[in-house]
Amino acid sequence: MPVMGDDGITVTIANESDIVTARQMGRALSEQVGFQGSDLTIIATAISEIARNIVTYAQRGEIVLRPVTANSRRGVVVVARDDGPGIPDIARAMQDGYSTGKTLGLGLPGARRLMDEFEIQSEVGVGTIVTMRKWLRR
Amino acid sequence: MGIPILKLGHVLIASIQDALTDNDLIQLRDDLSSQVGWSRATGVIIDVSALDVMDSFATRTLRGIADITKLRGAKTVIVGIQPDVAFAMIQLGLDLDGVTTGLDLDEGLAAIGRGDRGDAGHG
Ligand SMILES: Nc1ncnc2c1ncn2[C@@H]1O[C@H](COP(=O)(O)OP(=O)(O)O)[C@@H](O)[C@H]1O
Ligand SMILES: [Mg+2]
Repeated sequence: MPVMGDDGITVTIANESDIVTARQMGRALSEQVGFQGSDLTIIATAISEIARNIVTYAQRGEIVLRPVTANSRRGVVVVARDDGPGIPDIARAMQDGYSTGKTLGLGLPGARRLMDEFEIQSEVGVGTIVTMRKWLRR
Repeated sequence: MGIPILKLGHVLIASIQDALTDNDLIQLRDDLSSQVGWSRATGVIIDVSALDVMDSFATRTLRGIADITKLRGAKTVIVGIQPDVAFAMIQLGLDLDGVTTGLDLDEGLAAIGRGDRGDAGHG
């Protein structure tokens, strides 16, 4: 079950139904922040991709969803964390079509296009952290 | 949660009702590929208008359904992709090239009526 706290909503990602929970929670939180229409679908789609990567490559991890405010702009931040195998070559993993899982290889580069900000940190044998932000248009 | 599959003449219709898990989609693929055989369907319509997102997994699986049913003699038409969903798909880098799409059930039925058995793609 997702846990709501002062620092946002934490969704444990351990199986494929958690992917749906994470993207639905992300959509609900984004709606509260003030996002509408296609932005909600965009945020939910990016979360779906990143959550699926956790299930596929790291087996388990968590996604934290939080409202953010910076320079009087409001938005949402999504942090996906796992202590799975990590990514040896991040630049390659960020390329369209690169996949070690024989899938489409669009999850990471696609999520970066969908969101306004995208950061990835990963260390082999330690894990992966993806941080994504979307800002409300003024 | 299984996706109900209705039969209308020679057409199988699967209406996705809710947010789908990966397993639901795989189940749909397996159900459709077997049902196309014993029902002698010439067309399959998958209505995705209730789907919250079409991510890379969903797109790949729907494309797989179209390929499998084509080999089994039926044409698949995906109908009801919502504008917001289509917009996100494009930014993600996804397309459904080679898979026939339509706005709604009527367009899906028309596309199947026009097409030959297993003829995928526009035109
Ligand atoms: N959380 C993760 N842990 C380990 N490796 C990952 C993770 N996320 C992505 N990767 C690696 O990056 C590659 C590209 O990911 P992505 O763009 O989502 O495409 P796909 O999932 O289709 O392979 C994956 O094939 C995998 O090797
Ligand atoms: Mg992926």
